[in-house]
Amino acid sequence: MTAIIETRDLSRRFGNLVAVAGISLRVEQGEIFGVLGPNGAGKSTTIRMLCGILDPTSGSGTVMGFDIARDAERIKERIGYMTQRFSLYEDLTVAENLRFYAGIYSVARSETKARVESTLERTGLAQRRSQLAGTLSGGWKQRLALACSTIHQPPLLFLDEPTAGVDPMSRREFWEQIHQLASAGTTVLMTTHYMDEAERCHRLAFIFKGRLLDVGTPEQIVARRKLRVVELDVDRATEAAEALRHRPGVDEVAHYGHMLRVATYDVRDPLAFTRDALADVGIEIRSLREARADVEDAFVSMVRAEAQEAAAAPAARAS
Amino acid sequence: MRISVIAWKELIQLRRDRLTLGMAVALPVMQLLLFGYAINADVRHIRTVVYDEDQTAASRDLVRSLEATGTYDIVGNVRDHGEIETSFQSGDARVAIVVPARYAADLGAGRSPTVGLLVDGSDPQVVGSATSTASSLVAARGAELAAQRTPPIGIEPNILYNPDQRTALNIVPGLVGVILTMTMVMLTSMAVVRERERGTLEQLIVSPVRNAELVIGKILPYIAIGYLQMSLVLALGRFVFDVPILGSVPLLFGIAALFIAANLALGLSFSTIAKTQQQAMQMSMFFFLPNILLSGFMFPYESMPAPARVLGNILPLTHFLRIVRGIVLKGSALRHLYGEVIWLAAILAAFVLFASLRFKKKIT
Repeated sequence: MTAIIETRDLSRRFGNLVAVAGISLRVEQGEIFGVLGPNGAGKSTTIRMLCGILDPTSGSGTVMGFDIARDAERIKERIGYMTQRFSLYEDLTVAENLRFYAGIYSVARSETKARVESTLERTGLAQRRSQLAGTLSGGWKQRLALACSTIHQPPLLFLDEPTAGVDPMSRREFWEQIHQLASAGTTVLMTTHYMDEAERCHRLAFIFKGRLLDVGTPEQIVARRKLRVVELDVDRATEAAEALRHRPGVDEVAHYGHMLRVATYDVRDPLAFTRDALADVGIEIRSLREARADVEDAFVSMVRAEAQEAAAAPAARAS
Repeated sequence: MRISVIAWKELIQLRRDRLTLGMAVALPVMQLLLFGYAINADVRHIRTVVYDEDQTAASRDLVRSLEATGTYDIVGNVRDHGEIETSFQSGDARVAIVVPARYAADLGAGRSPTVGLLVDGSDPQVVGSATSTASSLVAARGAELAAQRTPPIGIEPNILYNPDQRTALNIVPGLVGVILTMTMVMLTSMAVVRERERGTLEQLIVSPVRNAELVIGKILPYIAIGYLQMSLVLALGRFVFDVPILGSVPLLFGIAALFIAANLALGLSFSTIAKTQQQAMQMSMFFFLPNILLSGFMFPYESMPAPARVLGNILPLTHFLRIVRGIVLKGSALRHLYGEVIWLAAILAAFVLFASLRFKKKIT
């Protein structure tokens, strides 16, 4: 396996604010690598450093073998970049947008025409070639934005929340395209808020307050949290949730329609545990079953643990 | 290569943005027509009354030749200064010709008679043409009489109400500078801010495009627009309003490059400060006002108070106005204009420095 991205203690401060604090990552060729984290966790700052548009204050990194601080221009030629804003020229047509980005990325003039045509065919945008980009629907805009950022066939693609505000059908198709690109050898690094999307990535990194909490496949990350999840149908759901939340061993309780989803931590028999907890407060359980813990459970649990640690730290220092 | 792609894109956007493009062309035409008609209308056929105290063949001859110039329309004779005042107040006349009582006698005796010319100065255009026509006529007549060994006639123009004289021809070349200032600053600042607003600037920053390529590619089409506007104003001025270009057109267009570039650099600087297109527009307007007032376009530079003159001196328009008026109206050559060109170049250098510092800062 060859590392496309490798960072060591990558850090960035803005004045007193530490946006990224010592992140060490390795992304392999052909991977779809997801970066998860709440807003303001440092995801975009990390991407910006990897793209070579922001210098790290300390630490180092290479992208395709080029140093992110010294060889930024070499990196820029070899990457594709797409954000949730779709950065299209709305007053240019579909074909003109493609031709513009081909020119910006120095696709040879002799090749540009064929490249634009094949891209139009491949993405299904051919029929809309003369339509102004601004008049496209969200899904088509996303498709065009992806086509624009890959017109120069970059070996590495950065996607910053690429599916925000796009309908589920378009998202599904978008993911098909991403997997096609990856199987053709393109490495993809993306940030997302959607947990179902996180599960579609080959590997994930969790970033919180600028620090890297965990890296691994979705299965590894979930397994490491040692969470066991129970779904139950109860009478007084709100009351039951309240009772469970204060029970040691309960990580998180969430409402899903009429159901409650309870994530437990370090509990040997979560079904018996839940039954006991609700029996204590006299709430009847209609049905109860164990469910698979997912990335969202792991994510919530990790952020919660960090927040508790942060709250405990000053108290510990005071005592 | 990348520069041409950016310029190509900018041109397509400009072509699709009918409103902006229309404004860029319509603005000079409209302004020129508005100002131009004011220039043309009053120059000839100024309503004039005659107060002939002499009533001789010589005095009537003088009045006839003044009327023959086409500048004055004699609308009546008056019998004293009070009537002149009345006709001015009522607007019946704007000029009065006063021939003194001993006009013919003085001419005969070899003394220089002085003919009075009273002008309603509330309209500067009238003042200009009324006095200049009379002076040139009298000068010609003086030469004629001198050949007959008779003394020359003096004319004493007397401008009432507004002693501040300006020649109307100043407007057309002045408009070249004013229109360029307005559109160049506004169009460039908005073109960059629009990219930031829509997120496409971020996309360009991540691409291998260099700062210089981006800036040059973006402003090239606007330089073309600037020259188009300039040509339009000068051509209309020449063929519709009869303002001839006495100096060298290539020289004028060459120096104009400095002026256009200075305004574009300023527009770029504004674009690094403004967050929205509206803000960019407001900043441009804010900059435009002192240009109109302090550059010498509306009010003579010489009569402004010292602080205003200092402020006026750092505006590129002030220097460009002198250059364009010099070349168009006086046929000035480059050697007459060195001072102004150096000023312009210095301002350009300062603006470019500021713009490039700001622009870089924003990108990282």
